[in-house]
Amino acid sequence: MTDTLTPVLSASWGDERAWKLGNYERTGGYTALRSALQMAPEEVVGLVKDSGLRGRGGAGFPTGMKWSFVPKDNPNPTYLVVNADESEPGTCKDMPLMMATPHTLVEGVIISAYAIKASYAFIYVRGEVLHVVRRLQQAVREAYSAGYIGSNVLGSGYDLEVVVHAGAGAYICGEETALLDSLEGRRGQPRLRPPFPAVAGLYASPTVINNVESIASVPSIVANGADWFASMGTERSKGMTLYSLSGHVANPGQLEAPLGITLRQLLDLTGGMRAGHQLKFWTPGGSSTPILTPEHIDLPLDYEGMAAAGSMLGTKALQCFDETTSVVRSTLRWVEFYKHESCGKCTPCREGSWWLVQILMRLEAGQGVEGDIEKILDLCDNIGGRSFCALADGAVACVTSAIKHFREEFEAGMHTPAWELLPYERSTVFIRSEQPAGGVR
Amino acid sequence: MSGTNGHLADHSGHHFTTHFVESGGVDFDGDQTTALTETHLEEMRQIAARYPQPRSALLPMLHLVQSVEGRVSPAGIEACADVLGISAAEVSGVATFYTMYKRKPVGRHHVGVCTTALCAILGGDEVLATLQRHLGVGNDETTEDGAITLEHIECNAACDYAPVMMVNWEFFDQVTPESAVEVVDALREGREVVASRGARISSWREAERVLAGFPDNRADHGPTAGERSLLGLRIAREHGWAAPSPQVAEEVEPEVAGPAASEAEAVGDGQPDSSRRGAAERSTAEADAGTSTDSEHARGTTPGPEAKTSGAQASGEDQETT
Repeated sequence: MTDTLTPVLSASWGDERAWKLGNYERTGGYTALRSALQMAPEEVVGLVKDSGLRGRGGAGFPTGMKWSFVPKDNPNPTYLVVNADESEPGTCKDMPLMMATPHTLVEGVIISAYAIKASYAFIYVRGEVLHVVRRLQQAVREAYSAGYIGSNVLGSGYDLEVVVHAGAGAYICGEETALLDSLEGRRGQPRLRPPFPAVAGLYASPTVINNVESIASVPSIVANGADWFASMGTERSKGMTLYSLSGHVANPGQLEAPLGITLRQLLDLTGGMRAGHQLKFWTPGGSSTPILTPEHIDLPLDYEGMAAAGSMLGTKALQCFDETTSVVRSTLRWVEFYKHESCGKCTPCREGSWWLVQILMRLEAGQGVEGDIEKILDLCDNIGGRSFCALADGAVACVTSAIKHFREEFEAGMHTPAWELLPYERSTVFIRSEQPAGGVR
Repeated sequence: MSGTNGHLADHSGHHFTTHFVESGGVDFDGDQTTALTETHLEEMRQIAARYPQPRSALLPMLHLVQSVEGRVSPAGIEACADVLGISAAEVSGVATFYTMYKRKPVGRHHVGVCTTALCAILGGDEVLATLQRHLGVGNDETTEDGAITLEHIECNAACDYAPVMMVNWEFFDQVTPESAVEVVDALREGREVVASRGARISSWREAERVLAGFPDNRADHGPTAGERSLLGLRIAREHGWAAPSPQVAEEVEPEVAGPAASEAEAVGDGQPDSSRRGAAERSTAEADAGTSTDSEHARGTTPGPEAKTSGAQASGEDQETT
């Protein structure tokens, strides 16, 4: 039986200057790389396959299997791309990881690139996180200087270039094919699949795209073994992972636990909801995963558990809202997000998200008209599954799940403004005594 | 662009409102002067050289343009097109797609308040409204003194610190209307302002230069992590919880772990190493660690360096023996 919390990726986040190469090496950093370089690339792929690691960016696709899809006979170079475009509302796990221990990711990049025989790797990080970009750039520079990146890595004969690439503000670039277009210097719009990136990705060459947390998990798997990793988690959802607790909870933050922990366990550990309030609804993995209610808090937070509840594990971004929150308001804000972030390529998503906002705005203002809810559901039916990528599916998931669980609040939007039904100032969390570090000097 | 729509409306007899009120192209009619020099063009060529195909450099190059011009200027568009050998229209198409690229001049500092659902509900709406009143600007507008451009932004991946404000894309965590006003006042007066998890604030243009890939030597500013990022780590320490040791996971005999353990001690700096031991022995390790400092204790109860070193050894052994 493993412990309730199992910090691996976050183990040294509390250490002084953990982002520096020397400190990372002192805590065993880059020993996994040395081990990996003693293995054949195929063995590393096999190890990651055996570990059961599944993508931590939302979809949960087995990482090792993704790697094994890279064709052996393709004459083009193979590329590794790390998706560090963390933008899914509620998701905030990759940023602290890259800020605190960027070398964990860099070591993962080198091992993973070696495994798929890539000689170029890119870390595509969203541009709106300056300090994370600084720490990544510095970590890559340090790794070059130490001979972990560059030509003839640690004398192994393996050559690798790593580029930190800052995006410019577009949620859609978290979608892997849109990310590739963006990395090619174009508007970030998704591509039709097939061909999948493993066959024709960056520059139409074989490309593996993985989330930050997935790649950062690789060094620990190489160091400790596939069985060690698989000893954590549930039958089909293996390993430890970062859960991000946010919203009206007493103590928001990051918790690293084996897959399959429940929201109740996490809330019990951290002091529950803020004092005097109860959980009303929550997301298991960002705003694109259908919302759930208190009746779901004992379900395992793994890929299967959330799918069985009609939702998705997603990015494990547990946004918890209490009884003061207007579901109509939160839904409107999420849909406004999707409307803003729709790349415009597919008509159902581009136009549909705009119309959803119009109807939700009048419901929020208490000026809804008869048939609005049916109209919304009809729109959702014509948006979800009818676009190139999953942005459209995410845009409607938060709407249909909200109506499913809280239809009466949308009905109230026919006559009562949401801010009268549930006054907005009661939802704020301004705690004047709790001042974070930094600020004006 | 909105002028064109208005023109159409006059003739069609229908009232037409664009869905994209904040959209529009690059301002080719406005200020055509440029601060771009040959040095900047050389830097653009350096950026292009980082990539197997030069066009991949376009996003960082546009960040560089903003760092020099304070916006994506017509001259900047032309420069990118020239360096990459693509058309100005292709560059414009990219520049108008991404939210971080600004077609109007940005102030000395860019202040973004997150108003995506969670931050908005926890207080971001109130923070934004307060700043708009205080600064006398609407969304995406700049104060008259040119100090602050205020914008509401989408989720910035710091939800556990909500409500979140960004200054030149640096994190300001758990802001209140009062603390936000204090920050923008200090910025306007040129006083020193430090991010919650980040560096001393420079300027939006300097931030854009870093995003183009030219360091400002501030990576070592700020903490390793914010307090809230350490929530799970703190609780794990209190309970003495850790990831399993590799040996336990693989049910390896203690003798096998022997050589790995001795190497780990050579590598480590003497802290107790419970990660090598089984879960059942962990309480003993806790007792061993009793006199150590907090950070040593932490390292002893988490699968740090030793776990990695010994794990690699153990799995190697395992493969040989099975």
